[in-house]
Amino acid sequence: MCETCGCSVPDQNHPTPADTHTVEVLRGLMDANDHAAGHNREHFNRTGTLVINLMSSPGSGKTQLLEHTARLVKDRINIAVIEGDLETENDAERLRKQGVRAHQIATGSACHLDAHLVHRALHDFPLEVDGQITDILFIENVGNLVCPAAFDLGQHVNVVLLSTTEGDDKPAKYPVMFRAADLVVISKSDLLPYMDDFKVERAEQALRGLGVETPVLRTAAGRQEDIASWIEWLDGQLTKHRQQQQVA
Amino acid sequence: MHELSVCEALLAQVRATATANGADGVGRITVRLGPLSGVEPDLLAQAFTIARNGPMTAEASLHIETQPIRLRCRDCGNENEAEANRLLCKACGSYRTDLISGDELLLARVELHGVSRHPTNSTDSEQQERPDHV
Ligand SMILES: Nc1nc2c(ncn2[C@@H]2O[C@H](COP(=O)(O)OP(=O)(O)OP(=O)(O)O)[C@@H](O)[C@H]2O)c(=O)[nH]1
Ligand SMILES: [Mg+2]
Ligand SMILES: [Zn+2]
Ligand SMILES: [Zn+2]
Ligand SMILES: [Zn+2]
Repeated sequence: MCETCGCSVPDQNHPTPADTHTVEVLRGLMDANDHAAGHNREHFNRTGTLVINLMSSPGSGKTQLLEHTARLVKDRINIAVIEGDLETENDAERLRKQGVRAHQIATGSACHLDAHLVHRALHDFPLEVDGQITDILFIENVGNLVCPAAFDLGQHVNVVLLSTTEGDDKPAKYPVMFRAADLVVISKSDLLPYMDDFKVERAEQALRGLGVETPVLRTAAGRQEDIASWIEWLDGQLTKHRQQQQVA
Repeated sequence: MHELSVCEALLAQVRATATANGADGVGRITVRLGPLSGVEPDLLAQAFTIARNGPMTAEASLHIETQPIRLRCRDCGNENEAEANRLLCKACGSYRTDLISGDELLLARVELHGVSRHPTNSTDSEQQERPDHV
């Protein structure tokens, strides 16, 4: 108990000067970000757009998966992409080549996207163009398995990619990121025959070790393509999202 | 490393609290941190020594209260402590567990200088950063 002001805080530094007092705050450090994320969600829900935040290590195949996805579904699903990278417009350019609307955020020195950056992007990059509504907005986060997990962007779903070239113990090494996932995609599965140390079962086991029931599926988005189960999952998410939007 | 952004958010809250109470400086800042918050205590402390330079907080110190990871098992109801990458029930081995604590990322309390009356504890009424449009 603090002698000077009667506050309930035990403090080694007491006795304190009479003009020093301790105030309880108990507020989340991410409150400002989370508040902006909530506002982003209002934007998304205005057009009924399903928003998917894609996260992984650098080079796990996020952009390539999106390129193949665009090719397969763009005639029946209206998709758009926000790309987050430290530098360059390269990833956005790759998607534009597939005929997809894409917006690049260059974060400069920041190793993650935050809700304010996405919010600014939403005002330059509307989800409704000429009466055409975006069905799915993908946000490709900065390649990084640590920092992006701490920042809610207002997305509805988190997808984390784990490629077969980066080791099946990643979920145990990056528990915060993998706990945040609603779906884990084992990417570059075409390389499994060559990566004899990577066992999908071990990756799944490491994921279960985090106390989550997150589903896992495989994709190959190289010259050999097999992303059927991913497309099926996407269709399921879109259906579920539309039902939820109608109820709300 | 995102600890610098987290630290800037922390100091914005601290300065808002100090201003709201008419303080002229800040002493000890206490943060409650869980291992599953995604923030490393050491990196946050390091970021703090850079970020505190500015109004009110130049003399401030950071005190981090690390929280344990605690789980409750959905299958057998047992409660136990756990490691960040092994969030299983220690009693029955189930992975169907809920986190009771361990992901905290909170500003717990702030020591204010230059206030003669005991300040009212902060409420949610002040400063919510609102985008300036609808
Ligand atoms: N064999 C094979 N190669 C792939 C696959 N997916 C991606 N790649 C290759 O992996 C490299 C990185 O792919 P990207 O799609 O650019 O990875 P990214 O996650 O977007 O990378 P960053 O945005 O820089 O984090 C490229 O050379 C791709 O051709 C795959 O399924 N199979
Ligand atoms: Mg990319
Ligand atoms: Zn970082
Ligand atoms: Zn149990
Ligand atoms: Zn807005």
